[in-house]
Amino acid sequence: MIELRDVSKSFTLHNQGSAVIPVMEGASLKVAPGECVALTGASGAGKSTLMRVIYGNYLAASGQVLVAGLDVAQAEPREILALRRETLGYVSQFLRVVPRVPTLEVVAEPLLTIGCDKTEALDKAASLLARLNIPEGLWRLSPTTFSGGEQQRVNIARGFVHDYPALLIDEPTASLDAQNRETVLSLIEEANARGAAIVGIFHDVGARERVCDREINVSEFTPGVAA
Amino acid sequence: MSEYNFAYLDEQTKRMIRRAILKGLAVPGYQVPFASREMPMPYGWGTGGVQVSAATLTPEDTFKVIDQGADDTTNAVSIRKFFENTAGVETTEETEKATVIQTRHRIPEAKLSEDQILVYQVPIPEPLRFLEPRETETRKMHSLEEYGLMHVKLYEDISQHGAISTSYAYPVKVSDRYVMEPSPIPKFDNPKLEMDAIQLFGAGREQRIYAVPPHTKVVSLDFEDYPFEATKADHPCDLCGAEDSYLDEVIMDDAGNRMFVCSDTDYCRSRCTAGHVGRLAEEGAA
Amino acid sequence: MTPLLQVKGIEKRYGARIGCTDVNFDLYPGEVMGIVGESGSGKSTLLNCMAGHLEPDAGQVVFDTRAGGPMDTVTMTEPERRMLGRTDWAFVHQHARDGLRMSVSAGGNIGERLMAVGDRHYGAIRDKAVDWLGRVEIDESRVDDRPTAFSGGMQQRLQIARNLVTGPRLVFMDEPTGGLDVSVQARLLDLLRGLVREMGLSAIIVTHDLAVVRLLADRLMVMKSGHVVEAGLTDQVLDDPQHGYTQLLVSSVLQV
Repeated sequence: MIELRDVSKSFTLHNQGSAVIPVMEGASLKVAPGECVALTGASGAGKSTLMRVIYGNYLAASGQVLVAGLDVAQAEPREILALRRETLGYVSQFLRVVPRVPTLEVVAEPLLTIGCDKTEALDKAASLLARLNIPEGLWRLSPTTFSGGEQQRVNIARGFVHDYPALLIDEPTASLDAQNRETVLSLIEEANARGAAIVGIFHDVGARERVCDREINVSEFTPGVAA
Repeated sequence: MSEYNFAYLDEQTKRMIRRAILKGLAVPGYQVPFASREMPMPYGWGTGGVQVSAATLTPEDTFKVIDQGADDTTNAVSIRKFFENTAGVETTEETEKATVIQTRHRIPEAKLSEDQILVYQVPIPEPLRFLEPRETETRKMHSLEEYGLMHVKLYEDISQHGAISTSYAYPVKVSDRYVMEPSPIPKFDNPKLEMDAIQLFGAGREQRIYAVPPHTKVVSLDFEDYPFEATKADHPCDLCGAEDSYLDEVIMDDAGNRMFVCSDTDYCRSRCTAGHVGRLAEEGAA
Repeated sequence: MTPLLQVKGIEKRYGARIGCTDVNFDLYPGEVMGIVGESGSGKSTLLNCMAGHLEPDAGQVVFDTRAGGPMDTVTMTEPERRMLGRTDWAFVHQHARDGLRMSVSAGGNIGERLMAVGDRHYGAIRDKAVDWLGRVEIDESRVDDRPTAFSGGMQQRLQIARNLVTGPRLVFMDEPTGGLDVSVQARLLDLLRGLVREMGLSAIIVTHDLAVVRLLADRLMVMKSGHVVEAGLTDQVLDDPQHGYTQLLVSSVLQV
C-alpha cells in the first residue's frame, strides 16, 4: 500500500547562503494493507519529515514514494489531492481549520468532499465525537476556541471519519487521558482490522507496542550518521 | 425668403442628412451619427428635428408642428414660422392635411398614413445612457445586442414602486434588434409606434439620427408577469368627451379644481367641431 | 478528463517591460488555484489576460465550453467571449464598487446576469435574488437597498452573489478579501469555500495573502517579475518551498 524506494530529502536555504541541509537518504520501506508500522528515532531524526514526504507535503528530492500505486514524488497536484481525498488520511498534531465552521462539519468534511450524503456524514461525525468524549454542546461551535486536548481529539475524529485505506498518524495519544487514549488506540486497531495500512509516530511506548506490528528506525535514513 | 437656401440648410448638408436618414431607415432603430449643424435656435429647442425636417421637406409639402400635442405653443409656432420663412412651404394645424409633421413628445391621435412623415425632436437618443454612462460601452452593447441592463431598470421600477413606473421615454425594441429611445413620448403612445407613416428621429446636440420605417415591429420591453400597459389619466376629455385620447391635467383655480383636456389640440378641436361635447363644454352650453 | 482551462505560453508586455511571460498550466474542474506574488509580480496582469480583460501578446487560453468543447478564448469573437463572461465565467473584483452597480438595488444587481441571459419573469428573478442574498448571508429585507448602504464585507458578498447566480463554472478572483478587516475576511473565506464545494466551481484566486490561499486553494503558483517561479500543491509549496523567492515570501509572514 505504502512503499518508499531509495527516497532522499534535503532542504536548500536560498536566503541563507544557499545552504543545503540533507535530512534523509536512502529511505526505503514497505507497508502492506492491514499492517501498522511505527517510525522510531530520536527527536530530529526525521520521523515527521518522512511522514510529510509520504503525504506529499514535502517534496522528495529523489526516489519513489508510492501510495496505492501513485508516485507522490512525481504526481500532479490534482492526483495527490484525489489520493488524499479517497485513499490517504493524515492525522497531524495540529488542527488547521477555517474559522467559524462548526466542529461537527469540520469532522464531517472529509466525507462531504467525497460526495457522501450530508446527513449520513454528520451522523458519522457525531458518533465519532461522542466516542472521543467531546461534549455535545461544543459540536455547533468552531474548534478554534477549544483546549489543546479537545482540538487534538477533533483532529483525530476528522482523520478517522472516512475509512482511508492508508493512514498516517502523528502522535495520536499525546496529552490524552487514559480513557481517550484507549478510544484512540481502538480506533487504530479497528482501522488495521479493516485492512488499512498505517504509518505512525508514537512516543507512548505502551501504545506503540500494543498497536504496531513492527518498527522502523528512521535514524538509518539520516545522512552522515553511520547507523 | 429669397436670402435663404430652401429650408435654411445648404444642399450639401441636406444631402449628408438624407444619407443618414436612409441609413437609419435601412437599419431600423440604429443610431446613425451625423454632422449636426449649428441652427438659429438653442439646443433643446428641436435643432435635431429641424435639421431632419429641412432635409425632408420639398416645396410641395404641407408642414405641421406640434409641441406636446399642441400646435399653438411657442416652440411649435416658432418652428412653423421658421419653415414658412426659409422654405415657403404651406403649413397647417390639421393632422390629416400635413405631409410632414414635426413633433416634440407626442404622436398625434389621428392614424397617420403611408403618405406622411413624422419627425421627432430627440433630446437624448441613447436609451442605455442612464444605466451605462460610457458611450464606448453602450455602442458595444448595441452592436452585441446586450440589453439585459434595460430590464434592470424596469426591475428597479417594480421593486421600488410595485409596478413599472416609467411613464414616458419607455424603451422599445425595434424589428427584434435594436433597443431604441422613443424620444420622451408618453408610454400611452408606444403602441402607435407601429404605424403606416415613416418615423424619423433627430437629436441635434447628440448628433444622431435614427428611424422606424412603416409597418415595422416595435415592442415595448416588459416582464412576463408585469406586462407593458399603455396608460393615461382615467377621465374623458372635459372639452370633447374623448375617452381614447391622451390627456393633460390643467389646474383651474386656487381651490384645486382641475380639468382634463386632450393634449392633441387638433384632435380635440376636430371632435368639438363634429359636435362631441365634454363635461365642461356641457356646463358652458347650459 | 479534459481540463476546464488550459493556459499555454501566455505573455503580456508593456513596451519593453514584461507583464507576465511563459505562463503554462491546466486547471481541472473543481480545482481552486491560487496565484501569489508581491505587487508588480504580474499576477493581476495574468488574471486579466485569462479573463479576457487584457489581450495577451502571445499564448492561448483554452476553455472547455459547454457547447463547443475546448476553444481558445483569445481568438474567439468578442460576442462569444462576452457571452462567456456572463454565463460560465465570473469575475470578483478586489473593490466591490468595480463589480457592482452602485445605483441599482441589491436585487437588481443579482438579477442583472439573469436578465442578460434572457430571464423575463420578475417574480422568478426576485426569488432567485432573495435566495442568493440568503446564501451570502445578507438579510432578505435588504433586497431593495442599494449597495451604497452596505458595509464593505456585505458589498463583497453581494458581488459574489451577483457573479454566481448564473451558475458559472470558472470564477476569477482578484484579491477577494483585500481591504476587509480580519473577522470579515474569515467569514468571506468560509462562505467562498462552501460555495466552491457545493457548486463544484473551479477558481483562480489572485492574492498576496498566503493565509487565504492555504484555506482556499488546492494548488499554488508563485510569481515574481512576470515569471512563474514555483508551482505545486498549496501545502507543499508553503511548507516546503523550493525557490528562494518563495522561501522569502513564506518566511516573511508574521506569526500570530
